[in-house]
Amino acid sequence: MVLTILIALNGLLLGGAVFARGVLKFICVRMLVGELSLLIVSIIIFTATQLLPSDVAQSVLGRDATPERVAALRQQWGLDRPMLTQYLDWLGGMITGDPGTSFVTNVEITSYLSDRVVNSLFLLVLGAIVSVPLSLLIGAITARKRDSLVDVVTTNTMLVLASLPEFVVGLTLVIVFSTGLWDWLPAVVQLPPGARPWTEMKQLVLPTITLVVGAVPYISRVTRISLIEVLESDYVEMARLKGAPERTVLWRHALPNALGPVLQVIALNVAYFAAGVIVVEFLFNYPGIGGAMRAGVRANDVQVVQYLAMVLAGVYVVTNLLADVGTILVTPRLRTRVQ
Amino acid sequence: MSDVTAGDVTASDAIEGATTVVAAKPPSVTRVALRMWRTRVGVLLAGTMALIALCGRWFATFGEQEFVGKAHQWPGELMQESGTDTVFGTGDLGYDVWTRFLYGGRPVLIAAVAATALALVVGTVVGLLAAYDRGKLDMVLMRIMDVILSLPQVIMSLVLISIFGASLKLIVFTVGVTTVPRIARVVRGAAVSVVERDFVSAAEALGESRWRIIRSELLPNVTSPLLVEANLRLTFAISLIAGLGFLGFVSDPGAANWGLMIDEHRGKLRGWDQPWGSVLPIIAIALLTVGAGLIADGISRASAGIDRGRAPE
Repeated sequence: MVLTILIALNGLLLGGAVFARGVLKFICVRMLVGELSLLIVSIIIFTATQLLPSDVAQSVLGRDATPERVAALRQQWGLDRPMLTQYLDWLGGMITGDPGTSFVTNVEITSYLSDRVVNSLFLLVLGAIVSVPLSLLIGAITARKRDSLVDVVTTNTMLVLASLPEFVVGLTLVIVFSTGLWDWLPAVVQLPPGARPWTEMKQLVLPTITLVVGAVPYISRVTRISLIEVLESDYVEMARLKGAPERTVLWRHALPNALGPVLQVIALNVAYFAAGVIVVEFLFNYPGIGGAMRAGVRANDVQVVQYLAMVLAGVYVVTNLLADVGTILVTPRLRTRVQ
Repeated sequence: MSDVTAGDVTASDAIEGATTVVAAKPPSVTRVALRMWRTRVGVLLAGTMALIALCGRWFATFGEQEFVGKAHQWPGELMQESGTDTVFGTGDLGYDVWTRFLYGGRPVLIAAVAATALALVVGTVVGLLAAYDRGKLDMVLMRIMDVILSLPQVIMSLVLISIFGASLKLIVFTVGVTTVPRIARVVRGAAVSVVERDFVSAAEALGESRWRIIRSELLPNVTSPLLVEANLRLTFAISLIAGLGFLGFVSDPGAANWGLMIDEHRGKLRGWDQPWGSVLPIIAIALLTVGAGLIADGISRASAGIDRGRAPE
């Protein structure tokens, strides 16, 4: 069923890549490239696991298991089949969203992770909702007041923040707002059993700020540079000469045309969130996939790690794809060239 | 980009200088960068922290794994109970916090520098080869780079650690390899315009080999973007490797390590119950990364200024 849809979809994309024109063709080609790179990533991740020094069955049963028992378990899990069969089977599980049962914990991987995926997505969206408008605002203000005291101070602060690792930022926030100076916000996320993160928003303040501090310096910096370039262009001068107020010039005339590079860096940062959540979720004990990834690596639960790596790589590829398409759509020069 | 490398005066240069107005040689990027306060502050911060990380252990008052007293004691409490004189008290397992701090920087810094060096060498070769080739090899190399880029660094590292365990070699290898494409892209971007210049055609006409052209014609002309990128990547490598330590993935769990140390002691931040074990390494990593970031910014401003034909303030 899923396979049929997939084949149909790919046929459509391939047809679009060959026969369509303009933006549609570009989108089709771009999606095929994204799919191909995910496929290669899956091959890398899968072959890496095949290099495992010890056999999974052996390590689950322990050192003193009899060879017969190990062989029986290998057969039960299908580890004795050819590598290609195992890979296709695994890939099929990834695509249909059913990666099976973990050998190490004996828990079904999807039921273990489905809530966590949603929790992480929530944190990620929260981070993006706060950081994108904030960065645009900071970028616009610093571009408008270029070389003023406000600009110099903000730009240098952003430079310092950009260099700091997320656990340094997160723990500094914990020290300032929850353990050292003041006792305003909880230092870790502790949900009552069965509760979801959005019911305890106060606990999400510090994790969200940590993610935001990681992203804002990059997005605001690119916004500033891109806007400065646009603000010096002829048509902005024209708008000013027409008598448009500076505010209108900035938000209506300049910003839409400065968005191309900004979209790219936003995509890069959402992708950074996908990796940053690992440290941030571990730091704040947040019940998401980042924490699960860390736990999976600790427990040598290769299947969970593989699955999560594919999910995170998928987020990364899809965001970059959206950014490329978005850039084409907001840049008139590119939009008309591909048509 | 300056197309004259400092310190290389040849006969043709001399003749040119005699017949035409002598063009002022652009000052070296590092010297211009060091005129800026941000670079000086960066060198001071990163230099001090690097010195502590590398040589601090020679000034430690106790052994790296020596039990000094009860775990998580303030210096005052220790003094009263057993008369042991410590600067920052004891931490996890009763080790001396100051000693562990002095020991814990080296594994992080050495792994980060090694990974960055590996990435610099491989990334520069790949980038220059691709830029000089401009054909099939270029396409193949850059597509391989794109594939490595499509897996975030932390995730790639964690996948490999889950399989092979967190050995020093593996950490240096993964952080290095995942950094390669980032450097290769920058180097290729900078070298593409150099390849089209006349002195490269001249070298080709003289029948110089590909490696010789890459080494002595292209490489000297991409040094400033390379320097900026090297510092930037070092910043990220320190963050990443300290971050892996913070997550509990270190090559030697018994040895002191700034990243791991922060995690081991952060429970004691609550109620300000002997916080030094995590506060000291947090400050050290912050100063180290901010310092390296400032240096990168200084060099990038300096090279941008030189490119525009003027040195910034």
